Amino acid sequence: MGKYIARRLAYSVIVLFVTSLVVFGLSRAAGDPRHIFLTEYTSQEDWDLWGEEYGLDKPFIVQYGIWVGNALRGDFGTSLRDHVNARLVIQERIPATLQLTVGSFVIAIVVGLPLGVMSAIKRGTIFDYVGRSWALLGQALPPYWLGVMMVLLFAVMLNWLPSGRKGDWTHYVLPAVTLGWGAASGMLRLTRSAMLEVLDSEYIKLARAKGVGNNWIIWKHALKNAIIAPLTFSGLLLGGLMTGTVITETVFSWPGLGRLAVQAVYNNDFPVLTGVVLLVTVIYLSVNLLTDVLYALVDPRIRLN
Amino acid sequence: MIILVLLFSAIFAQNLTSHDPERAGSLDDNEIAPMWQSTGSSKFILGTDHLGRDVLARIIYGTRISLLVGVVVLVLSGAMGTIIGIMSGYFGGNVDEALMRLVDITLAVPFILVALVVAVILGNSLNIVVVLLVMFFWTGFARQIRAETLQLKTTDYVAFARSSGASNVRIMYKHILPGVFSTFLVIATLTVGTVILTESILTFLGVGVPGPTPTWGAMISDGRNYLTTGWWMAFFPGIAILLTVLAFNFLGDWLRDELDPKLRQLTQ
Repeated sequence: MGKYIARRLAYSVIVLFVTSLVVFGLSRAAGDPRHIFLTEYTSQEDWDLWGEEYGLDKPFIVQYGIWVGNALRGDFGTSLRDHVNARLVIQERIPATLQLTVGSFVIAIVVGLPLGVMSAIKRGTIFDYVGRSWALLGQALPPYWLGVMMVLLFAVMLNWLPSGRKGDWTHYVLPAVTLGWGAASGMLRLTRSAMLEVLDSEYIKLARAKGVGNNWIIWKHALKNAIIAPLTFSGLLLGGLMTGTVITETVFSWPGLGRLAVQAVYNNDFPVLTGVVLLVTVIYLSVNLLTDVLYALVDPRIRLN
Repeated sequence: MIILVLLFSAIFAQNLTSHDPERAGSLDDNEIAPMWQSTGSSKFILGTDHLGRDVLARIIYGTRISLLVGVVVLVLSGAMGTIIGIMSGYFGGNVDEALMRLVDITLAVPFILVALVVAVILGNSLNIVVVLLVMFFWTGFARQIRAETLQLKTTDYVAFARSSGASNVRIMYKHILPGVFSTFLVIATLTVGTVILTESILTFLGVGVPGPTPTWGAMISDGRNYLTTGWWMAFFPGIAILLTVLAFNFLGDWLRDELDPKLRQLTQ
């Protein structure tokens, strides 16, 4: 088990290394950062002084080392728009994104899981029909369009819910549903197929032959075994939702990390953007790592492989 | 059926509509409702946008970009994924290990965020969007085709080819490549929808295909600002995406069942 965790951890570190290298490489591919701050009237001495101070005269790999060292200490550089450390800008956006992510995660589980089970055990009924349509639509609906259309229906036409920004609980409904919709459909699909597979297995047939009650079979024997796949999926889901916030927050002007990243794109605010990307990557990888470990704990076959 | 309509509209865009999708109309033409509404005009079937451009014309021309991106990305990422998948499955061992780790790493990178970074640095253009999508979508091909190659490798005809002195390259090209073709076709069709959807997401976020090229993602992004006065601007392009993606997914499911029933378990 320890060896398994160590290996997964090593992969995560490699991914983080590759992502940071790509991000940093891209930033330097755009040219010497001095060009942004210094004009053509800057003397050669000042130019060299800046280079020395920020390590820009050193080879690429050394510069990368300096940048990573700073990033590890939470220093991503000064935001080009707000002129404060990018870390402060990023910090104040974290809670909004977390609230949104957790909200839609709850929606995905509360809706996706039971509907998946119902659609598997009541095949050919309304549950199955609703479940399968949702599963299909979840794959094909553009998430941002769904958000825009919900604003149109519930905010513009019916005037029931606010169209965006943060506020009391009503502000959470539309963004959380938009973000949770696709996740719920994924959860539903997975639960349904896992459940169908288990219901078709020998030990369920045996239980039936023994005369065990139908409800008991479904909720005790079948669900217990079918739940593993959705459980692991929920970990991946949480990671996916983190990146999904980029879209949802843009649609609803939600003051979180995703919107910050998109704004940073428009402002060419590179320190903020890299900070968000690295932070989200770390969260994403940690969640995946945790999921893998949990999976291995639940299912011994994974560990041994 | 829908796909045929799409292909048709992509090819004959000029003949289907007399409106120019990029040039703004006169001020009187701004924000005209679809023709069945009382304020609508029979000149613009699905109405016009905030610049007086015909919505239907822009959707029809938008088909071109969507299909173009979809096909180019699939050909490139499919080729890349197939080569990597075959090599990985055929050689096994360290090659396999290294290539499959590359797949894992690619899948673990938060794609949309990296796309944002690239957009800041390199600007946004159609080419960059295609490259980004290829860098991401090759993994699906590589995994499936590796699995397929592992099976083909053990067949008698491959063993025979090897014993008669065929080189590795020749075996991979002549004996394995034709065998994985149906897998390739199924995955390609199942992926088209996702590629089109992802392109529209990037464009919506402002890091995809730049304007004034008519794209579905950009139309929704623009229309979002006019929800109170003109719902049709954002509504219809979304329907176009939805139907396109659904159509390709159905086609993919059907192809899979026809060509390769055993893939069913792998892709679900």
